[in-house]
Amino acid sequence: MSNIAIHVQGVGKQYRIGGQQTGYRTFRESLTGLIKSSAGWIQGKKSKTETFWALDDVSFEVKQGEAIGIIGRNGAGKSTLLKILSRITKPTKGRVELYGRVASLLEVGTGFHPELTGRDNIYLNGAILGMSRVEINRKFDEIVEFSGVERFLDTPVKHYSSGMYVRLAFAVAAHLEPEILVVDEVLAVGDAEFQKKCLGKMEDVAHGGRTVLFVSHNMSAIGHLCQNAVWIDQGRLQMQDTSNRVISAYLLSGTTTEGQVQWANGLSQPGVTEFKFTSIRIVDETGISTSTLDIGKPFWIEISYTINETLPYCRVGINVYSDTGEVVFEAYDSDDVRHSGQREPGDYVSRCKLPGNFFNAKRYFVSVHAGIPNVKYLAGAEYALAVDIENIGDLSQMLGLKREGIVFPKLVWEVIRNETE
Amino acid sequence: MTTNDSVVQPLVPDAALVPQIVIEPQKGWASLDLRDLWHYRELLLLLTWRDIKVRYAQTVLGATWAVLQPLLTMLVFSVIFGRFANLPSDGVPYPVFTFTALLPWQLFAFSLTNASNSLINSDKLISKVYFPRLIIPIASALPGLVDFAVSFFVLIAMLGYYQIPFTTRWLMLPFFLLLAVLSALAVGLWLSALNVEYRDIRYVVPFLTLFWQYATPVAYSASLIPEKWRLLYGLNPMTGVVDGFRWALLGIGQLNSLLWVSMAVIVLLFLSGLAYFKRMEATFADVI
Repeated sequence: MSNIAIHVQGVGKQYRIGGQQTGYRTFRESLTGLIKSSAGWIQGKKSKTETFWALDDVSFEVKQGEAIGIIGRNGAGKSTLLKILSRITKPTKGRVELYGRVASLLEVGTGFHPELTGRDNIYLNGAILGMSRVEINRKFDEIVEFSGVERFLDTPVKHYSSGMYVRLAFAVAAHLEPEILVVDEVLAVGDAEFQKKCLGKMEDVAHGGRTVLFVSHNMSAIGHLCQNAVWIDQGRLQMQDTSNRVISAYLLSGTTTEGQVQWANGLSQPGVTEFKFTSIRIVDETGISTSTLDIGKPFWIEISYTINETLPYCRVGINVYSDTGEVVFEAYDSDDVRHSGQREPGDYVSRCKLPGNFFNAKRYFVSVHAGIPNVKYLAGAEYALAVDIENIGDLSQMLGLKREGIVFPKLVWEVIRNETE
Repeated sequence: MTTNDSVVQPLVPDAALVPQIVIEPQKGWASLDLRDLWHYRELLLLLTWRDIKVRYAQTVLGATWAVLQPLLTMLVFSVIFGRFANLPSDGVPYPVFTFTALLPWQLFAFSLTNASNSLINSDKLISKVYFPRLIIPIASALPGLVDFAVSFFVLIAMLGYYQIPFTTRWLMLPFFLLLAVLSALAVGLWLSALNVEYRDIRYVVPFLTLFWQYATPVAYSASLIPEKWRLLYGLNPMTGVVDGFRWALLGIGQLNSLLWVSMAVIVLLFLSGLAYFKRMEATFADVI
């Protein structure tokens, strides 16, 4: 089992950014682009087309039968790496050697057609994922059983609930049997019970001698499934080691315990000009920026940003993670309908109040994100801030009443003594 | 694990030294990789089958649409061009004269339109999973053959009604049918790949097929074109196809140099379309 399954040598991928935001163009844009650039040429300016390396000189090896996790912030190049390994896109330089049949799962239910029945979609999706008809026939019953949608097998999937849809889609994917399996965050779907089932299946695959490459934001899933991990940052390989070591290094990197981060030149995704983060900070009740907070006291997270063009819709929000990297919750300013409309250019602050008596006495990490859902990701800073919640005031807790759990909410209890008649 | 056979087959030591898949930057023109295409043949059939099934899934009249479209067009043409304009139809009743041409034409127009929009309609597939991209335009062009087959029965009935004899020339039909599909694919390959980069194509295609129809002897006879312009006229590959259909089914006209010009154009368009498609293929996922 010491044979190599994946060999990545100096792989790089360059993308063009600049004037055009979306990938495709229209003739008109090409024409105006041509006129602009020639006008610029006459005036002695250089063309505005810039390039950036989404991946730069990444090399690593994965042994056969190894499950390896890939972690990194949004935009670090993980997806690009997956797309190259899945042969969806070609690298700009470097070379990848794959020793074995590869199947990639970058999404569940790719190619599902709403008008077709569950049965039809199993065959279609199976073929899209690279299974042969014979193979699907052989596993058909198993797939159906795993999905739990037997009764609706001959119903068009457009009538399925989203949960059933996802279960069927994952069931097909889970029965892929390639030598190398490449998986992107597909587990972030479905209800908790089904997620557990999926993780269990992934574990079987990972421990069943198959080579698995697994990308996730769920650090606990990675720690659980993968012996080793690769950390990619800004397109470069930052670290390759056992997953525990990589995860803890990753969570601590780029995080500040100062209670605030400022970006002097703004922070946004490559190619985004209409939006930038300028700072985020944690403020306690007295208005002071801090990262150490009392368990019983509320605090504020303030996100400052600049909008340069009118955005018909956008949302700014936070993800809060536990110290093991699990998501505690995500929240957006647009959750409040008053803030879900258009935003004019200007400097903004989105602030939200986090209640006291909610977090446990632990370290948490906060990520900030901004985007237009389903359209564009504008900016993000993963694990930008660390928040340390401590028992400062509450005597009963100082007396050693430590509690299990990611959160420690103070609930309203009622104790009622039933009157016996 | 589920079953015994899901255990990975150990690779033969020798085989393990040779990577099964090598991913490298694409330099210049890509090779066709027929082996890869063959490996995914089942997907091609399934996608074709999906398009056929989905297309009539929610229509009341179902496959009747396949017949109605050419039939109604034939009626309109017969009244306007046959009756009012009194266009010559080479000694064959005008309705069957135009219907014979409408079948390959509609196959061509349908396949061309579908193929052209196929890639951008499959953007999710393209950005999420690997398979030879050529499958997409091909799979979306093929369902046109089903419509063709259905309408063809109507044509046979019409031939019987007008008492047009059945000849050995019918044996040439598959060849002309192939030419029609190839022409549609040839143009479809070009347009689908261009469509990924330039979304204008989506709006160009309806106009293109409209103008193209008038440049093709569907409603009129190719014999109306002056002799000296004939070869130039043959540059439209559908001229050769439509003429071939009339020659084979109605026994009118003759196979001449015009067909050779059309065939040469088809081959040229097809090969160049294939080459362009394969060249652009590597960037589809990045720009779509």
